[in-house]
Amino acid sequence: MSIRVDIEKCTGCGSCEPACPFGVIKIVSDVAQIGDGCNLCGACKDACGFEAIVIELPASQAPAHDDSKGVWVFAEQREGKIKDVVFELLAKGRELAQSLNTEICAVCLGHNVKGINQLFEHGADKVYLFDDPALAQFQDDIYTQCLTDLIREHKPQIMIAGATSLGRAFIPRIAAILETGLTADCTGLDIDKNTGLLLQTRPTFGGNIMATIVCRVRRPQMATVRPHVFKRGTPVAGRKGEIIRGSLEGKPAGSRIKVLQFIEDVTEKIKIEDAEIIVAGGRGLGKAENFKLLEELASAIGAAVGASRAVVDDGWIPYSHQVGQTGKTVCPRLYIACGISGAVQHLAGMQTSDCIVAINEDPNAPIFQVATYGIVGDLFEIVPMLTARIKEARGL
Amino acid sequence: MEYFLTDQQKTIRDIARGITEEKIIPARAELDEKEEFPWEIIKEIARADLFRVFIPEQYDGLGGGILDLCLAIEELSRGCCGVSISYAAVALGSIPILKFGSEEQKQKYLPQIASGQRLAAFGLTESSAGSDASAMKTLAVSDGTSYLLNGTKQFISNGGEAEIYTVIAMTNPSKGSRGASAFIVEKDTPGFTFGKKEKKMGIRASSTRELVFHNCRIPKENLIGKEGVGFIVTLKTLDQSRPGVAAQGVGIAQGALEEAVAYARQRVQFGQPISSFQAIQHMLADMAIQIEAARALVYAVARTIDSGATNFSEESAMAKVFAGDMAMRVTTDAVQILGGPGYMRDYPAEKMMRDAKIIQIYEGTNQILRNDIISHVYKRKGKRE
Amino acid sequence: MNILVCIKQVPGTTEVKINKETNTLVREGAKGIINPFDTYAIEEGVKLKERFSGKVTVLTMGPPQAEASLRESIEVGADEGILISDRAFAGSDTLATSYVLSKAIAKIGSYDLIIVGKQTMDGDTGQVGPEIAQRLGVPFVAYVSAVEEITDGKIRARQMIDEGYQIVESPLPCVMSVSKEINTPRLPSIRGKMKAKSAKLANWTAKDLGAEENKIGSAGSPTWVMQIFSPKRDHQSEMFQGDAQSKVSKLTQKLSDMKVI
Repeated sequence: MSIRVDIEKCTGCGSCEPACPFGVIKIVSDVAQIGDGCNLCGACKDACGFEAIVIELPASQAPAHDDSKGVWVFAEQREGKIKDVVFELLAKGRELAQSLNTEICAVCLGHNVKGINQLFEHGADKVYLFDDPALAQFQDDIYTQCLTDLIREHKPQIMIAGATSLGRAFIPRIAAILETGLTADCTGLDIDKNTGLLLQTRPTFGGNIMATIVCRVRRPQMATVRPHVFKRGTPVAGRKGEIIRGSLEGKPAGSRIKVLQFIEDVTEKIKIEDAEIIVAGGRGLGKAENFKLLEELASAIGAAVGASRAVVDDGWIPYSHQVGQTGKTVCPRLYIACGISGAVQHLAGMQTSDCIVAINEDPNAPIFQVATYGIVGDLFEIVPMLTARIKEARGL
Repeated sequence: MEYFLTDQQKTIRDIARGITEEKIIPARAELDEKEEFPWEIIKEIARADLFRVFIPEQYDGLGGGILDLCLAIEELSRGCCGVSISYAAVALGSIPILKFGSEEQKQKYLPQIASGQRLAAFGLTESSAGSDASAMKTLAVSDGTSYLLNGTKQFISNGGEAEIYTVIAMTNPSKGSRGASAFIVEKDTPGFTFGKKEKKMGIRASSTRELVFHNCRIPKENLIGKEGVGFIVTLKTLDQSRPGVAAQGVGIAQGALEEAVAYARQRVQFGQPISSFQAIQHMLADMAIQIEAARALVYAVARTIDSGATNFSEESAMAKVFAGDMAMRVTTDAVQILGGPGYMRDYPAEKMMRDAKIIQIYEGTNQILRNDIISHVYKRKGKRE
Repeated sequence: MNILVCIKQVPGTTEVKINKETNTLVREGAKGIINPFDTYAIEEGVKLKERFSGKVTVLTMGPPQAEASLRESIEVGADEGILISDRAFAGSDTLATSYVLSKAIAKIGSYDLIIVGKQTMDGDTGQVGPEIAQRLGVPFVAYVSAVEEITDGKIRARQMIDEGYQIVESPLPCVMSVSKEINTPRLPSIRGKMKAKSAKLANWTAKDLGAEENKIGSAGSPTWVMQIFSPKRDHQSEMFQGDAQSKVSKLTQKLSDMKVI
C-alpha cells in the first residue's frame, strides 16, 4: 500500500473526506478509510490536521545516480519552416539550462529546413540536425526512431516540445519507448532549487486546480507546452553554435501511415460556446456597421464575436452570436464586453467567465459590477487603440 | 410521489426524459415558430425504441401496457406537446389494428410502426361530425373485392406525415351507429390526398391536416374486423388512448410548474425573490397539488386497464377531463407567475399555455366526456361498484 | 471487424475548488460520467460496427464504480465491457495506464481497430492513446474527424491538424483518437438499457493481465503530483484610470500577464 491511515493519529474529524477530488474517502467508525480510486494526489494528507495520512513512495521512485545532462528542445518544422513555438521553448529552455548549469540543444528533423541559425540566435548551444528528403514530411516511424536513438545516445536531462497537433501525437510515443514521464500542456516550467528536478505545472479539472508534477527518476524529464504560453526571447543576432548532423543509416525506410492529401483550413469558424476568448458588443456600438471594430479586435486577439440581445434583435448580428439568458451561456477565459450595459439577462449568460473586461461610457453600467477590469470611456477610441496594441504585441 | 414503477417503466421514463432534455427542449421554440414537423426528433424517438412500447413482442415491440405508454407521453410532453402528440397519435392510429385487426394485418403493419419506419394516424373527425361522430358522411362502398372511399376527414394529427391511417367510414348509412366500419388506408393510395396544414393556436410542430378521399379504392383486406363494428372500434380505441392524452396534460403542467418555480426563485422584486411571497407560494402549491392529483389518477387508470379491466370508459374519460382542465389552469398560472416575461415568446410559458388548450378539446371534448361520465354515474346511482 | 474502445470514467463536474483557508481541495459531490471525448469514440465504434459489421468491446481501467460507464456504453450500442481494476493500479500516470491497457488488449488478442477519445477531462493529456499504440507496435492516427473507408486491411481517414486537415491511410490494426467533429453520440435506447442492465462484464485484475508489479500503479509512474494549488483569480473590479492611452496600456499589460497575447 502506498497510502495508509495511521489509526492511532486519526480522530475521525472528516476533514479529508471532502478534500478528496475523487470522492473515495469515507469515515467509518470514526476512522478514515481510503477506498479504491485513490490516485495518491495527497490532497487528503494536506487536509489532515493530525498527520494521520501517510503516503509512502515505492523504492523505485527513490532518486538514483543520474548521469543525464542537457536541456533539449524539439525544433518542430513544417514544410522547411521552424514553428514559432520552438522559439518560445528555447527562451524558457535557456532559463532552465542556466539554472542547471548545462547546455541547451535543439533537435531538428526535416529536409532543407530554413533558419537553423535562428535556433542559435534564440539560445541553442547545439543543434542536432537530421536532413533528408525522407524526413521532409512528418513520418511517424522514422521520426520516432531518430529521436529515440539520439536521446539514448546523448541522455538529455530534459526534453521539451510544443504541444502542437504533431507534438501531442508524436512525443507520447517517445515517452512510452523510453518509459519516462511526460507532462502535457504545461503552463509553467521551473527548476527546483533543492533537487534540480524539472517542476512541471499545469491546470487540471478544467483549469480549476493547478498541479505541479515532477518526474523523479526516469530521464529525460519530458514536457509539452502549448503555443503562446511562454514568450519568445530577443534573439542575439549572429550568435553561432554547433550543428551535429545525424544520419538515417539503419533507420526504417518508410512510414506505415501515408498522407494522401492536405487541405488547408482558411475559414476558421469558432463557435462562441467553445471559444476561449470572446469579444462582445451591445447597444453602445450605435449601429450594425460598427461591429466591424469588434471583428478586427477579435481577429487580432483570436476571439469569437458575441453580442447582447438588443443588437441581435435589431438585426445587427445573427442570433448565433447572442450571449445571455435567451441566447447562449458562455464561460470563456476572457470576455471583453464593449458597449454592453450589463442587463441581468446578459450577465446570466457570461458572468462566470474567468476574466471579464468591460468597456463602457457609463460609469454606472451594471457590467462593471462583474468586470475584473473596467474601462470607462468611448469604445470608438478605446477599441481601435486596443486592437492596434494587440497586433503590435503579437507581431501581426 | 413514489409510484413504484417496474424496471422497464423506469427505463422508458428515463429514455423519454433524456430525449426531452437533449433534443426537445433545445428545439421546441424553433419548431413552434416554424410550425415544422419534428422529423429529427421522431427519428430519435424511434431509435430509442419508444415506438416499440405499445406494440406486442411478437410484432417486434416491447409489449408495454398503457402505463408504459403514458410514462413516455408524459415525459415528452414536459418538453413539447407538439412533439408528444406526434408520438401519441401513432399509438392512437395503431390501436384499431392492435385490438381488432387480423393476424395478417398485424404482421403487415405493426412491425413497421414498432421500428418507427412508418408513422400511423387515426381518422375519425369530420367537419360535420365532431362530438357527434355518428353524423359522419365519409362513405365506403363495397363492390365485393374492394371498397371505394369518398369523403373528407378533418383535423387529423400526423395527417400527411403518417403512412398508415386507420379511418372510420360509413358502410351502411341506414344503420346509423351500427353502419360504420374501420379501414386501413395507406398514404399514396390513388384518390387519397391531404388538405393544407392547419395553422393552430398551439402544438404547432404537429401536422394537422384534412384527409381527402375521392374515389379512393382500397382492397377488402383493409377492412378491420367486420362491417358495422366501426363505432365499437372507435369507442374502445379512445378508451385506450385517453389516458395518454391525460398524460400529456400531466407532462405539460409539470414543465410549466418547473418553469414557474425556477423563475420565481430568481426574480427579485421589493428586495426579495418573488418565491418568498405567499401569493406566489399558494399559486405554486395549488399547481403542484393539481398535477400530482392528475398524475395519480392517470397512473391508477392505466394500471387498472393493464391489470385486465374490461370496462373503463368512465375512468378513462375522467382522467382526460381532469388532466386537461388542470393543464389549462396550471399553464395559465405559470404565465401569470412569470408576469411580463411570461407573455413574451422568448420564454416557454406562453407556448405551454397555448399548447395546453387542445387537451380540453381533442379526443372527446371535455363537455362531451362529461356527458359520457354522467351516464355512467347515473347508471350506478352515484355509488361505488 | 473487432473494434476496441478505451474509455475512462471521470468526475461529473469540473467544479473542484480549493478551500482558501486550508489550501485543500473541496469537491462538490458529482457522480462519475464517461469522459466526454470517449462518448464520441464509443459512437464511432458503434457506427463502424453498423457499417462494416463486427463487434465493439469497451475497456476501462478504473475503480469498481467505473463499471457504470461500461454499462452506459452498452446502452448506446457497444457489445461487451471489460473492467480492469485492481488496488495496485492506484496512482497510475499515463505511462502506467498505457501499460495496463496494452496488457489487457494483448490478452484480448485479436483486434482490428482501437478507438480512444482525444483527451480526458480531468487529466487533459491525450497521451494514453499514442502510448498504447507504441506499446502494441501499431500506428497511431490522431484527431480523426471522419472515417472515409476501411478496406483491404487499411483505414482511410480525415485527420485534423493545426493547419487544416489531411487524408491519411494506415494499415490495420491501428489506434485512432477522435474528437467532437466526428459524430453526434446517440442517446440510449430502451433495448440498449435493458441489455446493459443484465450484461455480464469481465473483470480483470493485475494478476489476470500478468502485469509486472513495477510497471503499474505508483511504482510504474515516473511522474508524480507534487503539489496542487488554486490558480489566482481576481474578483475585485479594477477600474483603470487616466487617459485613453494609459487605460489601454494597462489593459494590454494585463492581457500580456494573462498570456492572452
